[in-house]
Amino acid sequence: MTRKQTSPLERVANEMKKCVKCGACRANCPAFGTFQREPATARGKVALAQHLMKGDITLDDGTYAAMSKCLLCGSCVDKCPNQVPTDEIVIAAREALAQKRGLTTFHKAVGQVIRHRKVMNLGALAAAVLGPIFFRKVPATSGLRLRFPMPFLGASRHVPQIAKKPFMKRHPEVIKGEPGKPTIVFFVGCMTNFVYTEIGEATLALFRHLGCTVIIPQGQQCCGLPGMSGGDLNTVRELAEQNLAALEKYPADYVMTACATCGGALHKLYPLVIGKRNPELRERLQALADKTVDAAVLLQKLGLSPQETGSGAPLSITYHDPCHHRTAGIAKQPRELLTGTPGLELVEMEGADRCCGLGGTFNVYHYESSLDINAGKSAAIRATGADVVVTGCPGCIMQLSDGLKQAGDKTRVLHTVELLARKIRR
Amino acid sequence: MLEARILNQLTEIVGSENIATGAQDLICYGYDATQMEFLPDCVVHPDGAEQISRILQLANKERLPVFPRGAGSGFTGGALPKGGGVVLVTTRMNRILRIDTDNLVAEVEPGVVTEAFQIEVEKLGLFYPPDPASLKFSTLGGNVAECAGGPRAVKYGVTKDFVMGLEVVLPTGEIIRTGGETVKGVVGYDLTKLICGSEGTLGVITKIIFRLLPYPDAKKTMLTVFDSIDGAARAVSTIIKNKIIPTTLEFMDHATLTCVERRFNLGMPDTGRAVLLIEVDGDRDLIEKQAGEIHRLIEPLGLVQFRVAKDAAESEELWRVRRLVSPSLRDVNPDKFNEDIVVPRSKVPDVIRRIEVIQKRYDIPIVNFGHAGDGNIHVNIMIDKTVPGELEKAHEAIKEVFQAALDLGGTMSGEHGVGLAKQPFIPMELNADQVRAMKAIKGALDPNNILNPGKMLPT
Repeated sequence: MTRKQTSPLERVANEMKKCVKCGACRANCPAFGTFQREPATARGKVALAQHLMKGDITLDDGTYAAMSKCLLCGSCVDKCPNQVPTDEIVIAAREALAQKRGLTTFHKAVGQVIRHRKVMNLGALAAAVLGPIFFRKVPATSGLRLRFPMPFLGASRHVPQIAKKPFMKRHPEVIKGEPGKPTIVFFVGCMTNFVYTEIGEATLALFRHLGCTVIIPQGQQCCGLPGMSGGDLNTVRELAEQNLAALEKYPADYVMTACATCGGALHKLYPLVIGKRNPELRERLQALADKTVDAAVLLQKLGLSPQETGSGAPLSITYHDPCHHRTAGIAKQPRELLTGTPGLELVEMEGADRCCGLGGTFNVYHYESSLDINAGKSAAIRATGADVVVTGCPGCIMQLSDGLKQAGDKTRVLHTVELLARKIRR
Repeated sequence: MLEARILNQLTEIVGSENIATGAQDLICYGYDATQMEFLPDCVVHPDGAEQISRILQLANKERLPVFPRGAGSGFTGGALPKGGGVVLVTTRMNRILRIDTDNLVAEVEPGVVTEAFQIEVEKLGLFYPPDPASLKFSTLGGNVAECAGGPRAVKYGVTKDFVMGLEVVLPTGEIIRTGGETVKGVVGYDLTKLICGSEGTLGVITKIIFRLLPYPDAKKTMLTVFDSIDGAARAVSTIIKNKIIPTTLEFMDHATLTCVERRFNLGMPDTGRAVLLIEVDGDRDLIEKQAGEIHRLIEPLGLVQFRVAKDAAESEELWRVRRLVSPSLRDVNPDKFNEDIVVPRSKVPDVIRRIEVIQKRYDIPIVNFGHAGDGNIHVNIMIDKTVPGELEKAHEAIKEVFQAALDLGGTMSGEHGVGLAKQPFIPMELNADQVRAMKAIKGALDPNNILNPGKMLPT
C-alpha cells in the first residue's frame, strides 16, 4: 500500500533534484501571480513534493490546497534555468493525493462522465454532473448565457450551451476524399463534440476542401485531461487505451485534433504517464504521439490557401496562444495561416502566450483566481482593439468568452479553423 | 512552535489572512537559492512600517527571532530562518509610490520587483541601471539589503550607488527615515549606506528613494572571442587602462563555453578559449568611436572573433550566449557552489591563473564567468555531493579561491553577501577589530539580537 502511494512521486524524484529554488518561477507562474504566496510557485510545489517523499508532511488538506494551485500551463518549465518539469511533478503529486485520499466528489463525477462517452451522449448523467458546467439555462437573453447555482461553480459565470446533437452523431465514420490525398483521423474531443460543434464542422470543411479523406472513429473517448487535472490517472490510462484502440483502427497519415488540450494529451501526457511497465503499449502510444498533429499545423503543411470571399472592411484579429500549443512549440503556424489570409489583420496582444486561467479544473476550484488571471488577458485583448480574438483550443475559447462577457466586452472569440473556414471557396 | 498567546498577537497585527503556520507554508518560506533549508515557526505578511514596528516590538518583548524576506532568491541564506522564529515577508508592500521626473528620483516600497520598476521608469525615459541576474523576480528591498550588483555595475555601480534615502523600521520598532532626496546631504552619520548591504540585520526597509539617470541614447553590443583565457583577462584590464568604461564586460572561460556549446551549438570558433561580451552605451557617435577603439586595443591579445550586433535583435542574440551559461553548467556536475569574488580590475588575469592552479590541485571542475569588467568573477565549483569527499574538497578549494582574491587586494563577495554561506570564512577577510566595530553597531541597534540573528558576523 505504502509502495503504491509513493510511486507516482518516485517517477519524478530525479527531476525534482534539478530544482535549485532560485525563484525564477515567481516571474512566470500565473497562479503565483494571483495568489502571491510562495506555496503557489513552482519551486514551492517541488519543495512540498520533496517533503512528501521524505514523509515529513502528509497528503493532507494543506498539501492538497497547495497542489491544486497549478494550472499545469507549463510557463514555469519554459522559463526555468534548469528546465524542471514542475507540471509533471504536480501531476504525480495529484495522483499520489488521489490514491491516498480518494478523488474529490467533483473529480469522481468528472471521471464518471469522461469515462462514459455513451453516457455523455445520452446526456443523462452528463446533465446531472456537468450540469454546473454546461446545462442549466437561465431565461435567456442569449442562448449562451447560463447560470450555475451548483456548489462547484460561482453564480455569475457565462458558459456556452450544449449542442442539441453532438458533432460525431452528425457525420459518418468515414468521409471519402480524393484519391492520392492524405487520410486523416480526426480526434474530436469533448468540447468540440458536445459544445462547440461549429469547430468540428469548420475543421471538417477545411480538410474536405483540401480533398483529404477524414475518418472520425466512433470509438474515441475523452482525452482524459480533466481527469489528470484531479490526479485521476487511472481514468486517464483507461481512456488512453480506448483511444489508442479507436485511433489505430484505421491506417491514416495523420491523427489530427483541433483542440490544443487533446493534442497535449495525445502528444505528451500519454507517453509520459502510461505504459512504464508495458513496452509494447508504450511503443504504440509513442507511435500515436508521433502521428498526432494540430489542425492549424496540418492545414499549413498541406498548403491551405484561403481566398478572399467577401468584401467590406478588413477584420482586425488578435491571437491567444493556448498553453498546450506553447509547450508543443506551436505559435508561428496558426499566425502565418491567419496573416496569409486576405482580409485579416493581426494585432498582437501583450502576453499572448500567457495562460487564460482555465487550467483544466483549476477554474472550478479557484474560480475567483482563475478570473483574476483571466482579467489580465481580457485587458490585453481589449487593448488591441481587435474585433475577434482567435485561438486554437475550445477550453481557452470558453474561458476567454467568460472573461470578456463578464467585463461587458463584445469582442468575439473564434477558433482558427472557424475563421479560415469562412474564407475558403466552397 | 510558538505559544498561542504570541500567535494571537501576531494575528491581531497582520490579520488572519496574512499569517501562516501550516507545514506547507513553513516549508515554502524555509528555502532560498542556497539550497539550504530551515523551517520557521510562522510566516507573516505585513502591509507596511506600522505593522512591522508592532511585530518587532513584540519580538523584543518575547525575544522572538524575526527574519525579513523579499523574493527569497538570495545565494547566501540571508533570508533563511535558521533556528526558527518568524519569517517577515515584504512582498505585499509592492507599490511604486512616485516617479519624480523633475528631480529624477523615485520612491518605492520594498516588495516591488526590480524589473517591474525598471519598466516603469523607462516608460518615462529614465534609467535604473542595477541589473542583478534575478531582476525578473527579486525585489528592490532585497536588492538594497544585499546591495545587489549586476553586469552594468562596470559603468554605473551597484544598488547602493542609487539609494538616496530609506524608511527603516529599526530592530527595536522605531520607524526612522535616513538620507533624503537631495543630491547633497551631510547631516549626521550616513545611515543609508549602513543599511545598504546589511542583509536584514540592522532594520527592515519599508521605503526606498532611488536616484535615476536619463535613459542612454544608444548601445552597442560586441561578442569577442580570444584564443587564450589570459588574452581575454588582459583585454579587460587593457580596456579599462585606456580609459574606456564599457557598460558591461562579461567574461566566460573555456569550461563555460564548452558547457554552452555542448548543449546549444552556437558555432564558436574551435580556437576560442574565452569570450568577452562587451557593451557600451551613451551618445550614438561616442559609442561608435568607443567600439572601434576597443577593437583596436584587443586585436593584439589573441582575438579570434569580433562580432558587433547591428540591431537590438542581434544584440539579444549575442547576449543569449551569456544567458545560456547557467542552464548549461549542470552538465558538468549536479551541485554548484557559486562564489562571487572581486579583485581590482588589473588583477583579473592573475586571479584567473590562480584559480586554474587551484582547479588542478583539487582536481574538481571550476567554471569561471561573470562581470570581469568590475573585477567580479563568478567562480563555480562544480561537484557531485553524493560522491564521498567531494564536499570537503570543494570547501577547501573555496577557501583557496577566497585567499587568492584577498591576496590580490580583493574581497570574497561582490554582490551575493555573507548570510550563512560565507560566514565561516569571514575571519579570512575581516580582523578582530573590524568585527568588533561591526558587532558594536549591531548590538546598539538590536540589543536583544532579534532581527535576522546568527547571520553575517561570526558568532
